[in-house]
Amino acid sequence: MSGKSMMEESAIGLDEQMGATYGAGRHTLKPDAEHESQILEVAIGPQHPSTHGVFRMDVQLDGERVVRLKPVFGYLHRNHEKIAENAAYLAAIPYTDRLDYLCSMTNNWGYVLAVEKLVGIAVPERTEYIRVIMAELTRFQNHSALVGFLLQDMGASGTPLMYAFREREKILDLFEAVSGARMMCNYLRFGGVRVDCTPEWLEETRQLVGRLPRFVDEFERLLRGNEILMARTQGVGVLPRELAVSAGVTGPMLRASGVNYDIRKVDRYGIYDRFKFRVPLGEHGDVYDRYMMRVLEMRESIAILEQALKEIPDGPVQDPKTKVRGLRPKVGEAYGRIESPKGELGFYLISDGTMNPYRYRVRPPCLINLTILEDMCLGLSVADVVVTLGSVDIVMGEVDR
Amino acid sequence: MLGEGIVKGLIETARNFVGSYVDKDRLVTVQYPEERNPLPEAARNFPFLLYDGDDPEAGLRCVSCHICEKECPPRCIHIEKSTDKKPDFVGKQQFYPKVFNIDVSVCMSCQICVEVCPFDAIRMDKEFELSTDDRFGGLLWTKKELAKPNEYYQKIHPMEAAETDARRAEELKQTQAKAAAAAAAAAAKAAEAAKAAEAAKAGNGAAGKEPSA
Ligand code: SF4
Ligand code: SF4
Repeated sequence: MSGKSMMEESAIGLDEQMGATYGAGRHTLKPDAEHESQILEVAIGPQHPSTHGVFRMDVQLDGERVVRLKPVFGYLHRNHEKIAENAAYLAAIPYTDRLDYLCSMTNNWGYVLAVEKLVGIAVPERTEYIRVIMAELTRFQNHSALVGFLLQDMGASGTPLMYAFREREKILDLFEAVSGARMMCNYLRFGGVRVDCTPEWLEETRQLVGRLPRFVDEFERLLRGNEILMARTQGVGVLPRELAVSAGVTGPMLRASGVNYDIRKVDRYGIYDRFKFRVPLGEHGDVYDRYMMRVLEMRESIAILEQALKEIPDGPVQDPKTKVRGLRPKVGEAYGRIESPKGELGFYLISDGTMNPYRYRVRPPCLINLTILEDMCLGLSVADVVVTLGSVDIVMGEVDR
Repeated sequence: MLGEGIVKGLIETARNFVGSYVDKDRLVTVQYPEERNPLPEAARNFPFLLYDGDDPEAGLRCVSCHICEKECPPRCIHIEKSTDKKPDFVGKQQFYPKVFNIDVSVCMSCQICVEVCPFDAIRMDKEFELSTDDRFGGLLWTKKELAKPNEYYQKIHPMEAAETDARRAEELKQTQAKAAAAAAAAAAKAAEAAKAAEAAKAGNGAAGKEPSA
């Protein structure tokens, strides 16, 4: 059988599987008419060092080039939404830690924000500042880990990842000192936070934040202008602006494609309207832009942290009127969304007036950013697919839930 | 020039390599298990039950109210209430748990049980080297493994324990004061009643007839 006819066959087969709406034949690259080529199917994952968790990509290759790519996920499905629907409102907070396990603080915030909207809870001033501090520390450590992993995927094995993790570790130590756990913080509560930060903790954080710019500079010196990095990332995995918008991509991915959309600016949840910071924007939407987006956002996070740590007032950290345990909201619904380090993280809650939500839905940025993986990878070589996947910044805990 | 960026990066690596010998900020690895970083006070791992005094049975603070069992997100606590009662630290008769099990293979160290317990009976431990070769029994902790003395709590969470102890001492003082006041009131009342009875008797004697029903 000739390669051409085989390819058409398999393409049709896949389109049938995916349904007509997927756009029949949209992604098919015609093989070179002169060179008879064979389509090779490769499964990258689910256990693969570069797939960031248990994730599989069914890739069809024409020589070295990708002609189709089907992301397969669900290996880490834990029934998060249904568990939360059967648990009290409070009991869902520790489960949100485990969505995107690198950023438990921001996950907590998204959920807590939705419940606060649903019930109408006021948040004390000091808590608002603490939340911003925690969210920006989380953003910093997430981006530094992501950059390390991305470079690891590119073959810079070890060095940048270790440097990134070294700084991340210091932030995790701060989290542990205040919340008791490094990653599964379970720190935010409805109308407040669980425990107050001590003045010593704030002082330590100030000192660390003072040292963070040095780390970013060092990281940039390490890799800015590195010819291999440029060759591997520039023009690779391009995500056009229109596609990014229509696919619902959010976060640094969207901004790398040049769309100015940051929920911290658009929605101004919490007290983000009080801080001066810029939203970095990319131009080409390639892997290099996405990489730079993270580095620049780290700098902006430092700027926000400096302001928040200077202005943080004294006061209570928990709204005394709020009942944290045994919450029973009125019938109604609410959607709380925040700019998590990965994009728009939203929690949609419907209450039927009982102890547990009638419907609990998570809008995971990772899953939605992952859906356009194929569009970014067509025509690339396998090695570039790995880099492109790395630049999406996924955590399977959130994709599969 | 081609390769310039790479050379610059390598200089940075070299600086880090040398720096790791002199700069505390760059040298972060410790040689576990010989060396250990101290855990912060807030660190938490798995819950344990607190008891006062020397006897883990008699001093156990848990009154078997089932609140933690209901609030635990993965429902890994199992409690069976006693049929009889024993006095708690203020002397009030309370139930106690006949069975109190925590399946630590399910527990997710969320600390919600600690937050919701109204009797300061359950707290988080910091112990993390807990590997066992007994997959089933070894990971199901019963009352015997869970009960730890208050001194242990004071050792691992000194600030928290001081706060709890102060609160409990205050409560005990208040209860004792209340009991004393109640006793005094009862004594006064008894005295009053006795006086009234006496007066009534005297009145009855004077009137010379029984009060009608
Ligand atoms: S540990 Fe506390 S909450 Fe749980 S049953 Fe005992 S007294 Fe109640
Ligand atoms: S720490 Fe959390 S999971 Fe573990 S027993 Fe307590 S409430 Fe349950």
